[in-house]
Amino acid sequence: MGASEKQGSLTSASPGVAEPEPMVADAAEEWIAVASPGQLMWWKFRRHRMAVVSAAVLAVFYFVALFAEFFSPYDPNAFDAKYKFVPPMQISFINGEGNFTFRPGVYGLISHRDPETLRITYETDKTAWYPIHFFVRERPYKLFGLFETDIHLYGLGEEAGDLKIFVLGSDRLGRDMASRVIYGARISLSIGMVSVFLSLTLGVVLGGISGYYGGWIDNLIQRVIEFIRSVPTLPLWMALSAALPNTWSQTQRYFGITVILSVIGWTVLARQVRGRFLALRTEDFVLAARLNGASDLRIILRHMVPSFTSHIIASLTLSIPGIILTETGLSFLGLGLRPPTVSWGVLLQEAQNIRTVALAPWLLLPGLAVVISVLAFNFVGDGLRDAADPFNR
Amino acid sequence: MLQFIIRRSLVALVTIWIISIVSFAIIQLPPGDFLTTYAANLAAMGERVPEQQLAAMRERYGLGQPIVVQYLKWMRGVLQGDFGRSLEWGVPVSTMLWDRMGLTVLVGLSSVLFVWSFAIPIGVYSAIRQYSLGDYFFTFIGLLGLATPNFLLALVLMWIGFAWFGQNVGGLFSPEYSNAPWSVGKVIDLLKHLWIPMLIVGTSGAAGLIRTMRANMLDEINQPYVETARAKGLSERRLIWKYPVRVALNPFISTVGYALPDLVGGVLITAVVLNLPTVGPLLVRSLLSQDMFMAGAIVLIISVLTVIGTLLSDILLAVFDPRIRLE
Repeated sequence: MGASEKQGSLTSASPGVAEPEPMVADAAEEWIAVASPGQLMWWKFRRHRMAVVSAAVLAVFYFVALFAEFFSPYDPNAFDAKYKFVPPMQISFINGEGNFTFRPGVYGLISHRDPETLRITYETDKTAWYPIHFFVRERPYKLFGLFETDIHLYGLGEEAGDLKIFVLGSDRLGRDMASRVIYGARISLSIGMVSVFLSLTLGVVLGGISGYYGGWIDNLIQRVIEFIRSVPTLPLWMALSAALPNTWSQTQRYFGITVILSVIGWTVLARQVRGRFLALRTEDFVLAARLNGASDLRIILRHMVPSFTSHIIASLTLSIPGIILTETGLSFLGLGLRPPTVSWGVLLQEAQNIRTVALAPWLLLPGLAVVISVLAFNFVGDGLRDAADPFNR
Repeated sequence: MLQFIIRRSLVALVTIWIISIVSFAIIQLPPGDFLTTYAANLAAMGERVPEQQLAAMRERYGLGQPIVVQYLKWMRGVLQGDFGRSLEWGVPVSTMLWDRMGLTVLVGLSSVLFVWSFAIPIGVYSAIRQYSLGDYFFTFIGLLGLATPNFLLALVLMWIGFAWFGQNVGGLFSPEYSNAPWSVGKVIDLLKHLWIPMLIVGTSGAAGLIRTMRANMLDEINQPYVETARAKGLSERRLIWKYPVRVALNPFISTVGYALPDLVGGVLITAVVLNLPTVGPLLVRSLLSQDMFMAGAIVLIISVLTVIGTLLSDILLAVFDPRIRLE
């Protein structure tokens, strides 16, 4: 009983130590504002403008990925031989008669076949204009495998006939790039999350053991980490993922790759956790808890872990980009995920040779999605790292 | 000093030994033994392997014997420069590797030099002109370099070269030199092509190092000793390069050790896109076709070279900074 009381007074005392100056200023003189550490972190995070913007960008990305069926006009693997390598369509507010409208629309396509190279080229037909319909009802699907619906964010209505809308162009089989990038986001963004979670588990457990107990077990774990960090890991992971059986299903392969990727991430996290443990082990509040007879597990989980969760969240965020980049790289080389799974890396595989890229540069657009999300994760991670220690500076 | 070098070398030796085990494990990864695959491959092409030869190979690699024996037999071969036979090409792995390995090391080394010669001055500049336009510019470029996968940068550069300059920027040699024996002309041709992979691998490698260098410099630049030097009337230029830069370089050199493995990975992937005659494309190909002796050998050599590079940078660090030797 005594132990828990002391604890309570200790934790409630810490926010009072560093009073938030900016907020007190506009409050009444006598009124003392008390901000929780969470609030302090939020204020600090808000000051990092790029981080806030990036967080918003990521939120949009994840939202779109979550509702991929709704946001994508077509099935990502539906091909159409009539529309190969269609360049991104221009969205126009001028309709077929040359008048301005408030509805966005696209022009029809006229295809030509080059008599010598037999390559099909497309020309926009400015006289045929088809408005874009929003919340169109077509192609029924099951949202999250539960709700039957057929609403899509946008599409061409029935008057367009069999013309399709390609906002980001189409690939060599006439598949809609926009739909593919959206579905790819689902895989590429989730694989980062899932494997970061795995490496977190590994990192916290091993780093925790290493930092809390020290001694030979610390030594062993540190040598393993040093080994992993001193060899070029890429060829190793390439070899490992090449060894995944070809007979595996898409889902099995996804989790296989996830496991392989998280084996990269855990070393950095384990180092961080260990460093934190080493620093905290000698703190007074840990000593106080120990003197009160708290068990090891209780000290670790109730006293030490809460004081560095924010740091861990920050370094987690910073390690997601590496995972996304590695997955993209592996899939690009054909060693990671494979079609028909759609990830950004798989999509970039289509742009592997220079002739295709020269012919259809829009196939590089999934790369832009990779760059944006990796940048955003870096900024958010930076902001979180600064905010993780709100009592600093 | 000598003690330090010996200790570090021993650690490196142990690392190399573990690497050899890992590489051997990679060879064993695919199901079934490779000899059956080899015979099946040849049979598919309409060739028959004489039973005698198969038996000889079985003996040579210790197939059917305990795994430790297989490992020892493989290691003995490796130490004598025999990495086994490539199943895909039907020739000894070593004959295919050495040429490409030389070029790989060349691309890797030149990228390292490129990274160093850019990251250090830019990091110093960003620190002494903190929050200036230039600082923001380099930070932005650095972040972009960090966020762009190497192969994407390579693709974009190739596309720009192809679409706007009508040039194919891939490869390390012009067609007329690719199979020619070494000559002055070939070396010049190589240098003309080398800068592109160097630039691509360098930008992503440099980004991290610029940030490290900048942070280290910022830690040092407000130290009392800098103030003292300034008070003595030392010119700003001399002062910066003589004191804080030297101190800031130390953690920098030690990060280079960890940067090297990443850099090697970058070289591998970039080489695939640019179609360089290095081991990168060979590794990917061998992995895709499960040509495991080839893959294992490449992983082994690349890793060992990296460990040696790291060892050298550690020793270099100890030469620069006596504190390290006492550790």
